[in-house]
Amino acid sequence: MIARVLSGLRGPLARPGGGKSAHGPDLLRIFRRRKTFPHGIYPVEHKEWTADKPIRRLPFAPVLVIPLSQHRGNPAEPLVQVGQEVVRGEPIARAAGFVSVPMHAPATGVIQAIDLAPTPEGPKKPAIYLKVYQAATQAVLFDTGHDIDAMTNDEIVAAVQDAGLVGLGGAAFPSHVKLLPKDAVIDTVIVNGCECEPYLTCDHRVMLEQTEALLRGIRLVLKVTGAKRAIIGVEDNKLNAVDQIRARLPAGQPITAEAVESKYPQGAEKMLIKSLLGKEVPAGGLPAHVGVAVFNVGTLAQMGDLLPKGRGLIERVVTVSGPAVANPGNFMVPIGTPVRFLLDHVGIKGSLGQVILGGAMMGMSVSSVDVPVTKGVSGVVALEREEDDPARRHVYACIKCGECLKACPINLNPSTLGELAQAREYGRMAQEFYLDQCFECGSCAYVCPSNIPLTQYFRIAKSINRERKN
Amino acid sequence: MVKGIEIRTSPHLKRALNVQQIMRNVVYAMLPICAFAIWQFGLSAALLLATTTAAAVATEAFFSRLRGAGNTVADWSAVITGILLGLTLPPGFPLWMAAVAAFVGIGLGKALFGGLGYNVMNPALVGRAFVQAAFPVAITTWTPAFAPDRFVELIPSTLTAPFMQPNPVKDWVAGLGVDSWTGATPLAVQKFQHIEEPAMDMFTGLIAGSAGETSAALILVCGLWLAWRGCLDWRIPASVLAGAALVALPFWLVDPGLYPSPWFVLCSGGLMLAAWFMASDMVASPVTPWGVIVYGVFIGALTVFIRLFGGLVEGVMYAILLANAAGPLISDWTQPRVYGAVKKARAKS
Repeated sequence: MIARVLSGLRGPLARPGGGKSAHGPDLLRIFRRRKTFPHGIYPVEHKEWTADKPIRRLPFAPVLVIPLSQHRGNPAEPLVQVGQEVVRGEPIARAAGFVSVPMHAPATGVIQAIDLAPTPEGPKKPAIYLKVYQAATQAVLFDTGHDIDAMTNDEIVAAVQDAGLVGLGGAAFPSHVKLLPKDAVIDTVIVNGCECEPYLTCDHRVMLEQTEALLRGIRLVLKVTGAKRAIIGVEDNKLNAVDQIRARLPAGQPITAEAVESKYPQGAEKMLIKSLLGKEVPAGGLPAHVGVAVFNVGTLAQMGDLLPKGRGLIERVVTVSGPAVANPGNFMVPIGTPVRFLLDHVGIKGSLGQVILGGAMMGMSVSSVDVPVTKGVSGVVALEREEDDPARRHVYACIKCGECLKACPINLNPSTLGELAQAREYGRMAQEFYLDQCFECGSCAYVCPSNIPLTQYFRIAKSINRERKN
Repeated sequence: MVKGIEIRTSPHLKRALNVQQIMRNVVYAMLPICAFAIWQFGLSAALLLATTTAAAVATEAFFSRLRGAGNTVADWSAVITGILLGLTLPPGFPLWMAAVAAFVGIGLGKALFGGLGYNVMNPALVGRAFVQAAFPVAITTWTPAFAPDRFVELIPSTLTAPFMQPNPVKDWVAGLGVDSWTGATPLAVQKFQHIEEPAMDMFTGLIAGSAGETSAALILVCGLWLAWRGCLDWRIPASVLAGAALVALPFWLVDPGLYPSPWFVLCSGGLMLAAWFMASDMVASPVTPWGVIVYGVFIGALTVFIRLFGGLVEGVMYAILLANAAGPLISDWTQPRVYGAVKKARAKS
């Protein structure tokens, strides 16, 4: 009894189940010379569950669901009809305009339907249903190889679009658009290998297992953008990836690998630019405005792999993990695989509470496990059902502890913003307190001892402001 | 397997630290200070602390009921107010007056504004300021520490009948046989006779004073523990103490015979307790990182100015109340510089 009380009084309170306190590392930072950005949080990551598990290929689900809008920009236009047989790698939808990408068949099979399908965002959207021929060889027959050294910049950009490449870190922004920034000169390419989201290790595995493809992708981007250098930024909880990359860096190329502090949200592009270059992207601007283009390691590894072969993006690496997953791991998943199939494959233990596409900090919790894995899904995280502890769920008034100000990576004042949101002063939030700079990383809500859903408040405020503008 | 999955909005992870835990830990941190007060002043201090705490909790329960906010006692903040109030009162303070202080502190200082999170000033200090004005004699009647029968008999003033002036303690103190007891705290002795109590006694707290303010060393340890637990912003006490010491230093250098040393300033009166447990009240302090430093230095400096040049012997209470009132303004002036912010004139609101 006494021992229990004593152990309860020991140690910073925030640690049990919730990472380190926001204070400790700040005090110690003066002794360390790690590249990093101010503020941020240290959630418990549990990357050790999957970090050492090599990427394994997943079998094909009976039916793949390929949404036409898996990326930012215009939805793709279908090229196939119901009943048509397609071969793995064959284009099945074409890009609708410049900010759009085509889709390729992730498996050999027959088009079953072109119909609405559930999405993690909520409303159903058009998708191509592909019934997989399980007995087929599943060889990719649609490829027209390129000699990447002989290609012109315009050809490379076109080839990147034809490959259907989008940002695989989660943003799903068409990659070829970033290669050609308007009215800006790219001076530095930052390759984002931070992977700061808890549980996720897919980028870690890509850096270890697809190093050559990654470096090939980086060289392509350097060539097209004309940038003077490329820096691969990796959180220092993945030092083996840094070593692996450094050992294979081609001589005479301006490519370096740098370790940055393991801290959430290090992988946000604005944070990584600050950590590596000490520069800040001006409010409302793009990285290109400070001469930087940021690409995810997964994206560039796919680019380096697909472009020489002239193939399209038909699969990606996904980490399936979380406290409710029995056998977590990293898997090469065909695009369009329903989440249900993935979960069946890894097994569920305990009572399943939430299924999240993406990471546990910024990902979306799905209402149905029938949603498919799309190009932007880096992870599937399954959480256990939470006991409804009233003290944990109860929302108190803001006690102005200031923890959120110490957590916010872009130095907003979430405490005051939250109060303004409750008073419905959405306009003032944007005009005086930089609401639009918030990228909803969730750090404020994570640390809030009053359990105020700050991030959700800000999402609502932003969408109301957008509606008012229109 | 996948029946009835939950949908929540991101972030899906949450740090396991909530308001109730923070408040409970502040209470834990004050318990050693209470124990020291009781050891020093005996039964009267115990009764005093029990009374303020019970009255504060009862008032909180009453007003939360009235507001229809459910029972907000469970957040433990009223317990903190009660204990803090008890610690700042003289050990022989009449219990009925202590109850009034707790009632006013919670009622006027907190419930009126809307409860925890909305109060502008520290409720315990509001209560104490009220009784300071209402009962000026009782609140400056000090009794010596370590009276021989302190665990058997009460200080006579403790059990004063409600709405009556306190029973005089002069004869009782004379009966204790404490030599040369003047009834003044070290702070008053320094102010009016310019004699400093030995530094070590001030630090350890074996002196006269309010029930829980005497031992600077113990308060320091308890406060540091709380800061290490992550339940207290260490920058507030640090800047309060630094502000007080820095302002006191030049005066002492000019005339050490007249002005107290910075060390004496830090260890005397209620400064240490106020710095760690009252100024650091999250709700009533500014929320911005630079704001808390400005706020702390302001409290420290103002305390010293009141002590040295004001009519009052101790000024930390008013310094904190003033700084609390200035808190929103300080927050406003010290808004953090946002990442990537382009210089722009602040919109007039």
